[in-house]
Amino acid sequence: MIYEVFRQERKGQAFAHAGSVEAPNEEFAEAYAREQYGRRGESTALWVVPREAVHEIDDFADELQKNYHRVDGYPLKEKLGKARERAEAARAR
Amino acid sequence: MSAQKLLELADDELILGWRNSEWTGIAPLLEEDVAFSSIAQNEIGHARAWYELAARELGTTADELAFDRRPDEYRCSRLVELRLVPDWAATIARHHLYETADEKRIAALKQSDDPEIAGLAAKIDREEAYHRMHAQMWFDRLQDEPRFQAALEDLRPLLDIRDEHTPKLAELWEEMTMVRRSVAGATW
Amino acid sequence: MTPREQEFLDYVQSGGQVETDDWLPEDYRAKLIKFIEMHGNSELMGVLPEREWILRAPTLQRKLALTAKVQDEVGHSQLIYRVVEDLGKPREQCLDDLISGKSKFHNVFHYPTKTWGDVGVIAWLVDAAAIISQKALLKCSYAPYARIMKKICWEESFHILHGRDVILTMMLGTDEQRELVQEALDRWWGPLMQFHGNPIPREDDPMYVWRIKSQGNEEARQQFLDGYVPQIWELGLTVPDPKLRKRDDGVWEYTEPDWDELKHVVTGHGPKTAERLELRRATREENAWVRRAVLAEAA
Repeated sequence: MIYEVFRQERKGQAFAHAGSVEAPNEEFAEAYAREQYGRRGESTALWVVPREAVHEIDDFADELQKNYHRVDGYPLKEKLGKARERAEAARAR
Repeated sequence: MSAQKLLELADDELILGWRNSEWTGIAPLLEEDVAFSSIAQNEIGHARAWYELAARELGTTADELAFDRRPDEYRCSRLVELRLVPDWAATIARHHLYETADEKRIAALKQSDDPEIAGLAAKIDREEAYHRMHAQMWFDRLQDEPRFQAALEDLRPLLDIRDEHTPKLAELWEEMTMVRRSVAGATW
Repeated sequence: MTPREQEFLDYVQSGGQVETDDWLPEDYRAKLIKFIEMHGNSELMGVLPEREWILRAPTLQRKLALTAKVQDEVGHSQLIYRVVEDLGKPREQCLDDLISGKSKFHNVFHYPTKTWGDVGVIAWLVDAAAIISQKALLKCSYAPYARIMKKICWEESFHILHGRDVILTMMLGTDEQRELVQEALDRWWGPLMQFHGNPIPREDDPMYVWRIKSQGNEEARQQFLDGYVPQIWELGLTVPDPKLRKRDDGVWEYTEPDWDELKHVVTGHGPKTAERLELRRATREENAWVRRAVLAEAA
């Protein structure tokens, strides 16, 4: 069985995929992951997961310009410029 | 604890570590090759730590104790001096027998009046926890294999034979010290 | 080339990377597997010349360092064969092909090691030559391989320092020790110069065209010479090539390596090829029962 290994380099960091090991069961997989990804103390923690438990999603539909919930949906420069001009004109009167 | 007693421990770990390192590069599974090599390295590291303690008492160095004695002066048990490559069943049998016996030995040392010995034993014990886990894992996997059961039977009595060496130790010593002896007094 | 293949080529040539489940042109996939497999084979075979010396290391520190180095190489072969397996060729099949001679491994691992001088020269210079090639794989268009190369390069960094430490210690030792180093260097220079392969222009090298590697063979060799000949000379060692010199334009000149020897060796006729493949075959067969016992369905 193939087990995927995720490692955390330092406390507080995200676990990142590091590679995979072949092992007959979880016990062996843990021993082997420990060695391949931790024998130099290069990881503070590891997650060891059977490959079939990892599901990849790589298709996302964004057909209708959903910029209302992204930063690029808010180009404010022009509006801000005009608002400042209006305020200054109001102060001058 | 006398330096001579420390040498029993150190020599066991050195020779076992040396024998276990013979598997590096040719173990039955690549992942296991990496794992077992760490165990061998730890054993040599433990030997070095015990040698360093003994060396202070004896006025010498760890390397000199490890390499520069005569084969008949080593204090290891017969179990560790056998060359078991390429027999994996025998190797795991030895690993299991040794770790079980060593656990008791280390537990006693952790109770030592000498704080240095007790401290080192505690550190080694923490590393050995992984060795024991590994030995158990393989024991569980191989316990129904006839060749493994046979190996356990054959090797068990050798744990208690100490200071009586087979020619295997002298052979190992010849190879182990080959480079070191090739240029007298050199630094490597 | 079909339009889809051309699109793929343009994509990788502009720095794009692909993952295991992406569509790959047949030629790309085949060349990729062959290249990566050869790398895995090389790591696995590279272990054999060095492991003899694990048992002969003259101090505890050297013993530990050399064991760790060889352990790393086995670990690298594990990482690499996993990548090949995910591309569709199982590890056992790779090992079958390695042992039968069907697939290849790098020239340097077909040669004998004779002394502790070899141990130093291999760790210092052979690993240096390898690391140059490996750095050129860090941006490989096939992302899973690029990612393991990062780990491999990081681990190799101590190998070179260990090698240099062994050499420096001997150079500061006795005349006999210095002689061991020079003698080993004299024997290894030829294979080292052949290591990066014949100077095929990179535009004609499929590995470069597909951006599997980011460097041509001659570029790699020049980088090796530029980095390491000064290190060799500054210790008072000589390189057994009277033509070796650096031109004013920065290019190193050298005696043309023996490309026939290279071809002869990598096709399975090196001085130690048969013996080492036999060791692999024998240990694998002896312990096939272990793989059966372990990889059988977990209890």
